[in-house]
Amino acid sequence: MSVQSSPDVLTSLTLRERHVALGSRFAPFAGWEMPLQYDGIVAEHLAVRERVGIFDVSHLARAWVQGPHAAGQLRSVTTFDVTTLPEGKAHYSLYCNEDGGIEDDIFIYHLPEDRWLVIHNAAHADADFERLRLVAGDAASEVTQETVMLAIQGPEAMSLLGRVFGPTIGSLEPRDCAELDWRGASVLFARTGYTGEDGGECIVEAGLAGELWDAFVSGGATPCGLGARDTLRLEAALPLHGNDIDRTTHPYEAGLGFAVSLDDGAAFIGRDALLEAEARPRTRRLAHLAARARGVIRTGYDVREAGGGEVVAQLTSGGHSPSLRLGIGMAYLPVELAKRGTMLEVDVRGRALPVEVVRRPFYRKPRES
Amino acid sequence: MTMEYQTPEHLLYTSDHEWLRREAENSDEVTVGITEFAQEQLGDVVYLELPADGTALSAGEPFGEIESAKTVAELFAPVSGELIGSNGALEDRPELVNESPYDEGWIVRVRIADASELDGLLDADAYRELIPED
Repeated sequence: MSVQSSPDVLTSLTLRERHVALGSRFAPFAGWEMPLQYDGIVAEHLAVRERVGIFDVSHLARAWVQGPHAAGQLRSVTTFDVTTLPEGKAHYSLYCNEDGGIEDDIFIYHLPEDRWLVIHNAAHADADFERLRLVAGDAASEVTQETVMLAIQGPEAMSLLGRVFGPTIGSLEPRDCAELDWRGASVLFARTGYTGEDGGECIVEAGLAGELWDAFVSGGATPCGLGARDTLRLEAALPLHGNDIDRTTHPYEAGLGFAVSLDDGAAFIGRDALLEAEARPRTRRLAHLAARARGVIRTGYDVREAGGGEVVAQLTSGGHSPSLRLGIGMAYLPVELAKRGTMLEVDVRGRALPVEVVRRPFYRKPRES
Repeated sequence: MTMEYQTPEHLLYTSDHEWLRREAENSDEVTVGITEFAQEQLGDVVYLELPADGTALSAGEPFGEIESAKTVAELFAPVSGELIGSNGALEDRPELVNESPYDEGWIVRVRIADASELDGLLDADAYRELIPED
């Protein structure tokens, strides 16, 4: 068992000492020293599926674009038509390149008075902010260092959020966002997340972040690290940029057509390529694979046609699903193999593990009774 | 976080963080598992790939794999011999390796070929020296 070596310089989280006190084991991620796990990935994962968990996701970059031209400026560099996004709503979107490849996947929040907040992946924070600065100039400002971002996720998340922020939170619908008063400060809240569970994400000024973290943890939220964040998003079949989507994949083959608006006719980077890609028959599609024998299928493993056939793809993500207790993964398969029910094999270090193409998500919330 | 790992005195250990227990004095049957430190490093164990009973094991050679939520590690044979059983309870409850590494989470039983190989294993004191300080 090897111990991971520390790379050069990592950015520490504002709440680092709280994570240490809770027993966090850290790992480097996109230049940040991030909690990997506290009590264990499976326990944290199940806490989110069954109760409520809290994640410090302050590595996600946060940038404002403000002013009367902000919507148009954002429209010119992102795929989703944000000009139709009402105040108080958030939406998933993409930065694409001229070839229609996905440079990053992002979330955009529309707040009153022409203020827009954009969430970037840590690995692309600088390049993404530069995109905004190019179109918005000084109207774009980054607040990653001055704020902390916490995700509260799980079936009990909204009731915990209601106890902390007050009952008005209950009136927010999924993907609504609002600024809440909390202990004399403004907390930006959105009913969003990356786990397939209900809940929300909060952005709070750094000076108040410890108090807010403590309020959630003492209110019953289980601290969760990046390990559980990854198994939860994989079960929910949410793509991870750098794994399942990247600058060589286009949104349609990744199943992200809902994040691309072409009908408004507005120009944005990648529009021409995406118009063409949308019209063209797909040659491959991001498919969802569930193991049909015991074993763990991991990122990068080869996917073969059944019976030891040809290698048709590599898993873009893979791992053990703690909720389903089986191996799950994603891969870009030729469309003729991407049909539900197709049996394939994953090469687990020389052992052929049977897998089946299933519909997404892998894990579905039980219906409320 | 610093923590004390259990290293029971009556067991023998390898530098690969496995433990071995002789079933009785002078018995040629031994039970093998991984140490508390090893399970802690691996994290949640979710699957073990083990060979069939009767397989010949060679000391120091990999004979199986242990998969955790985040990684996979090889299992190394602490001694040479024949595999005479594996812990069937781990098929449905691999987490026993985490919860009870020295007892319910045992992994395989082996009939040793040459008892003198046991002399090359570590006692608890020697093994404790190998556990890195966190």
